[in-house]
Amino acid sequence: MDIVTFAVQLLNGVQYGLVLFLVASGLTLVFGILGVINLAHGAFYMLGAYLSWYLASVTGSFALAFVGALAIAFLLGIALEEVFVKRMIGRDHLAQVLLSFGLILVIDELRQILFGKDVHSVAPPAWLGGSIQLTEVLSYPVYRLALCVVCLVLAGAIFYVLQKTRLGMVVRAGAENRDMTRALGIPFDLVNRYVFAGGIALAALGGILVAPVSTVFPGMGDGMLILSFVVVVLGGIGSVAGAAIGALLIGLTDTFGKVFFPQISSILIYVLMAGVLLWRPNGLLGKA
Amino acid sequence: MTSRLSHQTLLAALLLAAATALPFLAGDYYVQFAAKAILLAMLALSLNLVVGYGGLVSMCHAAFFGLAGYLLAFMTPESGGASIWLSLPVTLAVVAAVAAVIGVLSLRTRGVYFIMVTLAFGEMLFYLFHDTKIGGGSDGLYIYFKPEIALAGVTLVDLESHRSFYYVTLACLLGTAALVRALVGSPFGHALVAAKSNERRALSLGFPVFRVRLAAFVISAMIAALAGFFSAAQFGFIAPQVLGWHMSATALVMVVLGGLSSILGPIAGALALLGLEELLKSSFEQWKLVKGLIIIALVFALPGGLQQLLGLLLPERAKDEIKPAVNAVPEVAPHV
Repeated sequence: MDIVTFAVQLLNGVQYGLVLFLVASGLTLVFGILGVINLAHGAFYMLGAYLSWYLASVTGSFALAFVGALAIAFLLGIALEEVFVKRMIGRDHLAQVLLSFGLILVIDELRQILFGKDVHSVAPPAWLGGSIQLTEVLSYPVYRLALCVVCLVLAGAIFYVLQKTRLGMVVRAGAENRDMTRALGIPFDLVNRYVFAGGIALAALGGILVAPVSTVFPGMGDGMLILSFVVVVLGGIGSVAGAAIGALLIGLTDTFGKVFFPQISSILIYVLMAGVLLWRPNGLLGKA
Repeated sequence: MTSRLSHQTLLAALLLAAATALPFLAGDYYVQFAAKAILLAMLALSLNLVVGYGGLVSMCHAAFFGLAGYLLAFMTPESGGASIWLSLPVTLAVVAAVAAVIGVLSLRTRGVYFIMVTLAFGEMLFYLFHDTKIGGGSDGLYIYFKPEIALAGVTLVDLESHRSFYYVTLACLLGTAALVRALVGSPFGHALVAAKSNERRALSLGFPVFRVRLAAFVISAMIAALAGFFSAAQFGFIAPQVLGWHMSATALVMVVLGGLSSILGPIAGALALLGLEELLKSSFEQWKLVKGLIIIALVFALPGGLQQLLGLLLPERAKDEIKPAVNAVPEVAPHV
């Protein structure tokens, strides 16, 4: 493998990991703050991709589709928190698993009714449509590079909000000790609602961003859900920094696994997970 | 307590009589449907051993169920059925070994981690069969002949006959139900339940919590494998979808629908859910939407499942007898 191919693969792995981080950080935040496990997280990733395909084909603009799909996902998150998730806080995990499984079935069927089950592709915005010629045979799409940059900026924004703002302080305090935070007069119901809606929006955002580089298909949420789980298990639940490490590890393992060990690439990430479980059962950055 | 027991015994006896008489009363289609329901009831029963009694929400039991089907497919020769004396023990042993590895890793974690880790390992098996050529990829494998139950060349039971197949599955269900009942009533079962209600206390009392949980996990995986073995034989086909986590989640729904921590609960839940699905499939095109809404309603309106419903509908006197079983459903997260 020459250096250019290696660099391209490295970039692919990092880009994959960054998207994975966006989706998984939503999952880990929702669990960290609300204490609710959401199996429907992948379904919102899928929904984000379908919404952006639909809106892009109606409006003809990727930017409008981006904003529209994100807004719909966020509002949907607020509505679901209000109607269902609020009542799940403090219930046992089994009930949460069943609720989110029910939601997946409903979302899948609604997607079927609204958008059908066809496989689609979304065109990237025209000004990001080209590709950069690396060598005579190799080129790299501009959109993929832009995707990396957008993901990095978003990841930075997530860390900034969590570490430097008052909102982030409340969120971190809530993850640390919910009862104490409530006793201090923090309006937790509001925080819960926006964290859940934000988590859903992050899942949808992942779907919206990858729509132009991969295909939009009904089962895309399932694969993403499992990968997000592996990321959270690797990084430690509730830890956004852990999710970043886990996501990059998986992105690189998967990309280079496909290059070097194509036969067993699909189980490599699980081997990685098994290794981490043996070494640190609570995840790399998880609390003991 | 004793009269509650006799209620349950009476109910069980009635169900058993109905199940035995079924092939003589109903047509072939219903006998096959009943065999399918019985096998899924076994899957739910196996899951309940770890979920209901052990408090461990496993999301990979469908993978054990499906893996058994693949093992049967691998061992079925092209010209005839596999001998059940070889194929069934090998299937159970392989699944037990796989479950032991997954169990050792997953049981290092607690609560929500356990859910995610078992789900991930279950999906690993799914992708193993889906992405590689070992089991025909996403197309799956056909099993053209049902396993043969023969001694010295004489066929004892012909599984190709729907009626015999049904009775074999019924016998398996009864056997596994008796096994689970015996396990739960034994010191082993008490240790399992003790670890669920308070792990730290169970540990300080000297219970080998990890080993007890691992044993329960492996035994329950083997019951799921027994069901999966016959299920694959019944359909003559095995595909990766059977191992997927949607199937595991459906089995969980069966367990909760019937009521946790009982033997009859998951069996009733499996029959109820399958009957419901059949009804929905014939009435709505978007039947999964309705199924999803029903699951959501179950979580909010009837967290104790049919057991709770029974408690609400029975007359006052009998209600008191049922009550302890309803209260056994944990209201707050038991995992800390």
